[in-house]
Amino acid sequence: MMTEILEPVSRTAPSQQAVLEVKDLDVDIRTPKGTVRVVSKVGFSARSGKTLALLGESGCGKSMTAKAIAGLLDPVASVAGGSAHLESHDLFSMTAKQRRSVAGEGLGIVFQDALAALNPVYTIGTQLGEAFRIHRGASKKQAKVEAIELMRRVGIPEPETRVNSYPHQFSGGMRQRILIAMAVALSPKLLIADEPTTALDVTVQAQIMQLLRSLRTEEQMAVVLITHDLAVVAEEADDVCVMYAGNVVEQGSVETVFNRPTHPYTKGLLSSVPADAHRGSSLTSIPGSPPELSKIPTGCVYQDRCPLASAICREQRPELRPTGPAQSAACHFAEQVSALDPQSEPVTGQDSER
Amino acid sequence: MLTYLRKRIIASALPLIVVIVGVFALARMTGNPAALYLPLNATETMREEFAARNGLDQPIWVQIAQYFGGIFRLDFGTSMRTGQDAAEMALRAFPATLQLAATTMIIAILLAVIVGSAAAMKPNGILDRCSSFISMTAASIPDFWLAIVGIWVFAITLGVVPTSGVVGAAAWFLPVATLVMRPFGTLVQVIRGAMVSALSEPYIKLARSKGATEYRVIAQHALRNAAAPGLTVAGDLTVGLVNGAVVVETIFGWPGIGKLMIDSILQRDFAVLQACVLLTAVAIFILNILIDVGYALLDPRVRPSAGARQRRKARAAQGPTQGEDEHQNQNGAPVLVMAETSKGSH
Repeated sequence: MMTEILEPVSRTAPSQQAVLEVKDLDVDIRTPKGTVRVVSKVGFSARSGKTLALLGESGCGKSMTAKAIAGLLDPVASVAGGSAHLESHDLFSMTAKQRRSVAGEGLGIVFQDALAALNPVYTIGTQLGEAFRIHRGASKKQAKVEAIELMRRVGIPEPETRVNSYPHQFSGGMRQRILIAMAVALSPKLLIADEPTTALDVTVQAQIMQLLRSLRTEEQMAVVLITHDLAVVAEEADDVCVMYAGNVVEQGSVETVFNRPTHPYTKGLLSSVPADAHRGSSLTSIPGSPPELSKIPTGCVYQDRCPLASAICREQRPELRPTGPAQSAACHFAEQVSALDPQSEPVTGQDSER
Repeated sequence: MLTYLRKRIIASALPLIVVIVGVFALARMTGNPAALYLPLNATETMREEFAARNGLDQPIWVQIAQYFGGIFRLDFGTSMRTGQDAAEMALRAFPATLQLAATTMIIAILLAVIVGSAAAMKPNGILDRCSSFISMTAASIPDFWLAIVGIWVFAITLGVVPTSGVVGAAAWFLPVATLVMRPFGTLVQVIRGAMVSALSEPYIKLARSKGATEYRVIAQHALRNAAAPGLTVAGDLTVGLVNGAVVVETIFGWPGIGKLMIDSILQRDFAVLQACVLLTAVAIFILNILIDVGYALLDPRVRPSAGARQRRKARAAQGPTQGEDEHQNQNGAPVLVMAETSKGSH
């Protein structure tokens, strides 16, 4: 569905439309066994009207990155370094009060599990209207009117009667629509969608993604989409940031990264998509599993699973460096990646469609 | 609601009968009242006459049958001690107990919600550890010991409150302070636990993501969810108090139902004792219904009516033959047009 022509993006000098600018973000978690760095030197930017995908397996730090930006880290986790700017706001040096004024107004977030994310004891109308009560000083009556309008916008039938229903009285897809409505209530500049479709079945997934896409266009929001689903990235995102063990290993426009991956991990991910080209053959997968975050090796984070790993990879961690016009990767041997594993053809966004 | 009430009444009838029979039999095991009410040198004829006057000469099952017969005529017997109507005596003593219980529970709940919520904000923080120690201590102190120490310190040494009676506000201090301890200590722990788990729920993050203040997050989003377990325990604790705070009422000479019960036992005043037990049983029955109602008010998921009513309405609209429940999701929400509803729920 990637029909629009991508404009060339320069990674080194982000365009002026950058709504969110994250640099060198470190997040630590305190455990009984000591502090563990779960996000390390992560940087990216999100542009208005565009979708940036944070792609990675569970535990790679993508959700933690989003929570750090949204200021919703659990008490055991904390931002240990780096910066995040939402337009002119420095998100990490704000007071709690400033943070609250940005929450909802500047930054909306869509959570993964809508049933758990909605408060079971309040009506949908109350919860949808809450943002207007907090930020706009709306009366209960006004908030309800706004809630009904929001429900209409995200395609919930009979909003006038359903506004008084409780979360458990909605289906999973409807709950996700409500969550999205809540996140976009105040027309934020940035929308973070944390695996918004993981809990849903495929047909509903498509509807939800379509809703997100149309809202993004209407509001000219920057969307940060957190997902482990390559097909979703291929269809929905403009830019992609591939994360592995708390590090960004490759980033760039979806088209370039998916057509010509320059990191062995990205390459491995794309090769494991069961596309038409592989019909009849056995499924490929990346051998091994990600390292435990408390035991990340010195040198490259991917060395244990990498077919290209050599002495330098064990000693020196590769920095992100440009590997193409709109692409950068953290690999010492980025130039050799395309030659890797000749039997698997490059998977393009179009081909990986379900 | 009427169906619910009918069910509850039927379900409570049997336990109530068992309790009455049990109390009836047990009370008579404490000994013959004649020994207390007649002079030591009373003759056999006097004793027989006394027994006949109070219906004690009949076999026990006849006595029980007569008693049940009386209940249906709202005749609960007369006190041997005072000659007054037993039910009237119990009803007269009950408000004192209810006032004491209500005051105690209101104070205990208010304090416990504040302390428990504050403790839950930072689990294992200094506040949490202090409140854990205090609540643990409060819940474990025996009330008879606390009452006596209280009398010694405040009434005898300092002389700021009377030792007993119900005259003036000061008289309330010691009984309430003594009774508050256990409910307070228990509720702090329950509310703290419920708040810790509520505060770790994703809906708290959602509330924060809307820019809700910490007060709003705690007082509205978390507390309402944590209230249900608190209500259950508070209900049980209230039952204990309504049952008559026997020890505390006796020590402080509080003219409530607990003291009346003890006096009736000591005086072998069977009719009054039975009236007291019956009255508290009914009070507990009503209290349990109130707790159920409170539960439904707090948590829409346990409201039985909403879904059922909608379903009935839908069925009535569709005609009587329509019985296809699978077209509605589990909670009876009306069928939605979108394709996702059929598969999307859970």
